[in-house]
Amino acid sequence: MNKKIRILIAKPGLDGHDRGAKIVARSLRNAGMEVIYTGLHQTAEMIVETAIQEDVDVIGLSLLSGAHMTLFTDVTKLLKKKKIEDIIVLGGGIIPEQDIPKLKKEGISGVFGPGTRTEEIVEFINKNVKK
Amino acid sequence: MNEIAANVLKEDPRAIARLITFTENGDIEASKAMKDIHRFTGNAHVIGVTGVMGGGKSTLICEIAREFRKKGKKVGIIAIDPTSPFSGGALLGDRVRMMELAMDKGVFIRSMGTRGMLGGLASAVYDVVEILDASGKDIILIETVGVGQAEVDIIKIADTTLVVLVPGLGDSVQTIKAGLMEIADIFIINKADRPGVNQTVAEVESLVDIECSNEDRRTPVLKTIAKEVNGIKELVQEIETHKKYLKNCKKFDIKRKKRYEAELVEIIRKRLMNFIFDESKFKDKVELLIDQIYKKEIDPYSAADKILGKILK
Repeated sequence: MNKKIRILIAKPGLDGHDRGAKIVARSLRNAGMEVIYTGLHQTAEMIVETAIQEDVDVIGLSLLSGAHMTLFTDVTKLLKKKKIEDIIVLGGGIIPEQDIPKLKKEGISGVFGPGTRTEEIVEFINKNVKK
Repeated sequence: MNEIAANVLKEDPRAIARLITFTENGDIEASKAMKDIHRFTGNAHVIGVTGVMGGGKSTLICEIAREFRKKGKKVGIIAIDPTSPFSGGALLGDRVRMMELAMDKGVFIRSMGTRGMLGGLASAVYDVVEILDASGKDIILIETVGVGQAEVDIIKIADTTLVVLVPGLGDSVQTIKAGLMEIADIFIINKADRPGVNQTVAEVESLVDIECSNEDRRTPVLKTIAKEVNGIKELVQEIETHKKYLKNCKKFDIKRKKRYEAELVEIIRKRLMNFIFDESKFKDKVELLIDQIYKKEIDPYSAADKILGKILK
């Protein structure tokens, strides 16, 4: 058995800033993970459909536009509706402190803002994905 | 029947996706399900798309898939990207150019890392073709990693191989080189709005003249601009014509048998390698031998004899 962690990195909504997402994608690859990158302007439906087909362990969402409360939770709601319980959802980007507890309540397991060391994200994923 | 296999036959995307993961990971569950689905396979037309890096393979595949969808065909896509030899990780980015297909229930896309396999394919690709075939896909498109001249394994698995080139690849010496140029069933000069396209077409055509002079079929050379959906209809027509040709001259069966041969070799190779390098009783011995080779106490050939002697009694 040679399990590799698979992760989808996606940018929901209309925000066009993908530098951060690409840096995270590269770091995860360097940590030995298979990273599926889908680029900009994804809807929740596209993200969930892709996550199913690619059978990922983790979905990483990146957003800098401020619409994270709606767009991140759209994804977790849709996962719930489809009874998908084994995918961890993470968020990154410009997320105000006070929104983090609310996001966690909505099923975003980890939130990583500016200044996060990429090793931190790798550690979090390694610890939380079921082997 | 194995539950996951049954759900694959019902075209359940989650079962398809999970079984692919099992085969990629060499999970014990995989071989049970693979045994069950084999007799439901063989219907899909497997199309390999290979060619130079940056030639527009992903965009082209997206458009080919859309054209087949218009004809009511169900499509599976396997997009292969290289695995890093250092970290074992991979950045799989072919989907970026295929997002128009993301919401189409008649399309299933899977990205794969090569995971140490050379030749432009991923080791589990044979399994994935069987899984997609069993799940009712009429067309399976395989995108190889961007290749140089030697990554030609795609012909072992594809019924029809498309080689994608772009204008201005270099002088005619490049076109007569072995490898990539020999495997095409259809040549595509993509990005045909770029300068130099006519020269590239002429060079490839003259190569085809020589290669096909004794053949009953001449390899077509098509121009496309995938981004503008230009030339795609004609391309899909050629793909269908090629399948008819294979069926008529019985080459179809020969190709299929070659594929199963390659698949069988791959299964045996994987099992043997796992046996030798992963099973604990062997692993230590192998490491000891490597150490001895390094110290010149033994040579690599004698070391191989020692390992294989334990298996091939």
